This record gives sequence, structure tokens and C-alpha cells, in this order.
Amino acid sequence: MPNAFERFFTEMGRFVQLVGRIFAWTPRPPYDVRELFRQMVKVGFNSIPVVFLTAMFTGMVMALQMFTVLRRINAESFVGSGVSLSMVRELAPVLSGLIVAGRAGSAMGAELGTMRVTEQIDALEVMATDPVHYLVVPRVWAGTIMLPLLVVLANGVGILGGYLVSVVLMGANPVTYTDRSFQFMDLNDVLSGLLKAAVFGFLLAAIGCQQGFYTSGGAEGVGRATTSAVVVASIAILLADFFLTRLLF
Amino acid sequence: MPEPTVKIHIRDLHKSFGPKVVLDGVDLDIAPGESLAIIGGSGTGKSVLLKHVIGLLRPDSGTVEVDGVAVERLGNREITEFRRKFGMSFQEGALFDSMTIWQNVAFPLQRLTKMSRKEIDERVKECLDMVRLEGVEEKLPSQLSGGMRRRVGFARAISHRPEILLFDEPTTGLDPVTTALIDEVIVDLNDRLKTTTVTITHDMESAFRIGDRIAMIHKGKIVASAPPAEFRHLEDPRVQQFIHGRAEGPLSDDPEPGRPATPGR
Repeated sequence: MPNAFERFFTEMGRFVQLVGRIFAWTPRPPYDVRELFRQMVKVGFNSIPVVFLTAMFTGMVMALQMFTVLRRINAESFVGSGVSLSMVRELAPVLSGLIVAGRAGSAMGAELGTMRVTEQIDALEVMATDPVHYLVVPRVWAGTIMLPLLVVLANGVGILGGYLVSVVLMGANPVTYTDRSFQFMDLNDVLSGLLKAAVFGFLLAAIGCQQGFYTSGGAEGVGRATTSAVVVASIAILLADFFLTRLLF
Repeated sequence: MPEPTVKIHIRDLHKSFGPKVVLDGVDLDIAPGESLAIIGGSGTGKSVLLKHVIGLLRPDSGTVEVDGVAVERLGNREITEFRRKFGMSFQEGALFDSMTIWQNVAFPLQRLTKMSRKEIDERVKECLDMVRLEGVEEKLPSQLSGGMRRRVGFARAISHRPEILLFDEPTTGLDPVTTALIDEVIVDLNDRLKTTTVTITHDMESAFRIGDRIAMIHKGKIVASAPPAEFRHLEDPRVQQFIHGRAEGPLSDDPEPGRPATPGR
């Protein structure tokens, strides 16, 4: 299937080119701080409820699972460590990334896609405004800044969820559970998770924007762009997660 | 220095998208202050031609010169400067739908000029007056009718006082009364602002009203070009078929090709 190959390399080429333009335009004035802030609210603040919900349930389920599994080797006392470490190192960044890709990445694809097919992006260029500078730069940095902050929240909420299940439902001792939760965690576990989150945030925003930016073919095209914004970003996050985990720890 | 006689000079312009040849050797000269109407069927490359003039698309071969400057040779920064000469109105207006009408019309002023807020305010009002709109400043594009949105698009295109105005199918999909009003606005702008105006349309009546000269594009080439009075009497069967809107004739020999997409650069 030469067509699939061709498409893959076209997309990769466009992505690399877009990332190049993002970095080239970022330091140049005018700095649209208001737009950056607006995007940060959209990507970050508006994602708080869904990230909260996901992290809470993930933490609770992890506690249930860990109890079942660790009991088999008489190590129930380590449930707290298991929940908090898997949350901080892996689950919070990846799940938040996937969810925000579905929420905000898709919205970026749809918004820029609509702007492309209604010629609003051409109109920007005509009015001497680089569309990457004006549209993509604030979105991408908003994603990169906000995802780690969401992960900080997810970490806390997930650990809390695990605590609630263990202490209230399974009758674990609150003091020992809390001790165990943080006993084996060092700063690197947290920081590496946040670094992952920043990379995922960059990826999901850049990919969402890219899919929208190169949309063609009317309403159907916008639909396609929205779907691939989520699909491609999710795959990219999973791949990046593997390589980052391999590289960093 | 004598007044130059050519504002826009297009020679042997070729452009293909994949296997599809859209422009196949366009030659066209446009004089300063002239109002040229370009007509042609759907998918004949009219919009693509316009996008080459303003450098949104790059030619495969051939040249587009504006005031003696070859557009295709301009780098990214130069093209920004170059585009100050232009105001362009897009098919459906292409207004920024998250911004109010005021913000839309003020956008090029804020990006391209150093005007103060007060000056911008005055200019926005003046431009909206020129396209015969008032009291719409605080509305969003979605709250206006199609014809009003086009006119806001015009106001945005003229707000920084460009030398050249490009109109891409300004009346497509509008009723005859609104079409007549929009044609009048275009003629009025061309007269009052002394701009060079290029209008793309497939509406014959509009073309006759707007143009000092009408050019017809077919299969990627300019096949006829004359002032309206003469154009009407050209013997070229393609022109006659188009003017009289007949289904049968030389223009209908090929199935109509699809509209080319506009890829981003």
C-alpha cells in the first residue's frame, strides 16, 4: 500500500515542519498573552472536572486491584506504595494526556479545521498575520504548561482515591497507609511524570492544530480532522510514553 | 516619472494540484485603477488565480508581478510587507467568528498600522459606512445575514486603504437584490478609493456591472478579454455560451472538474 506510506510520511513531514515553525515564531513579538491565557483556561481549567473524575476512580480501582493481588503474597501493607507510585509515574500523566487529547486536542482540530475550510486562515495570511504564530503558538504552549498542572491535581486526587478505598472500605490503618504511600517515592518519580505530561501536552496540541491546519474538503474534512486529532495524538502519547519511560528511568 | 501602465502582470502561469492541471498558461495584465471582472465556470481556476496574485499559492512555473515585483520570489518576511498593498474579500466573507464585527474590521489596522484606538474607531465606522452598514459593531458574524457578512468582509478588506482590492465571488449564493447592492458597493469602492480591483464571479450580470473590462477563464487559460460593451458581442462560442447560460456548447464538452482544495503551505 504505497498510499498509506505516502500519507504517513506526508503527515510526519508536516508535523516536523509545523514544530519548526512553532519554535521559530515563539520568540517573536507581538506576544499575545491574553490569547495564551484564554487557551490555558480552555485546555487546563475546563479539563479539571474530567481529570478529577478519572484520577479519583483510577486511584480507587488501583487500590482494589492492589489489595487483591498483594494479598496473595501477603504484602497488603504495600498497597499505598503501589497506588501512589503507579499514579505519579505512569497513570496520571498518560490518562490525563489521553483525556485532554480527546477534549482539547479534538476541539483544536475542529476549530482550526473550520477556520481553514471557511478561508479564515487565508484571511489571516492576507492580513500579514502568520497563522502559526497567531493560532498554533498559544495553543501549543497552553497545552505544554497546563498538562503538568493537571497531572499535579491528578496525582493528589488519585492518591486520595486509593486512600479512601483502602481506609474506609478495606479497613487499612490510616497512618501506616499514608506512610507507605510516600515511603518509597522520591522527587524524581514526580518530576519525571510531570516531564512526561509536558511532552504529552505539547504533542496533543501540536497534533490537534496540525490536523486542523491542513484540513481540506468542507464539513466532512473538519470531521476527519477532529477524529484524527484524537487518534493520532493518542497513538503519539502512547509511543512517547514508552520511549520516555525507557529513556528516563 | 510616468504613471506605470501595468499594476499586475501575469505571464504563462501554470499550477497543478496532483495530476489536476488548474492553471495552464495564464497571461493577463491589469492596469492601475482598473476594475477587472474575471468570469468562468466553477472549477476553472478563478480563485486559484487570485490566490497567486496575493501569494497564498506559489506557481509551478510562470510569473506574477505586482508593481514590477515578482511575487513568487518573495521570502516570508517580504511577502508580509508586500501584502499591505492588498485587501481581499473571501467567498463567504471569512470573518473571524469568535470576534465582533468591530474587532474583525479593526484587525488589519491593529496588525498593519500604528493607528491609535481612536483613529481605528473612526476608520472602522467610516469603512462600515462605505459598505452601507451601521450599528453592527458589537454583533458577532453569526448574527448577520450572508449579504451583510460579505459587506463586513469588504469593510475589513478596505480598512487599511489598500492599493489593490481582490473580491473572490462576492455575490455567490445571494439573492438578486443583495447582489445588485453588493455590485454597487464594489463599483463605489473602486471609484472612491481609486483602487485597482479584481473581482472573480460567475454571475454575468455582476461582471457587466462591476467591470471596466471582463476576462473569461476556461481550462486554465484566459480565452477572452474586452470591455463589457464589446465583450457582449464577441463571437467566441464559449463566451456566447457563458453569457447566455446555455447548457449545450463548447464549455460543456468536458464534465465539470471538481473544485480544487486549497492546501495550506
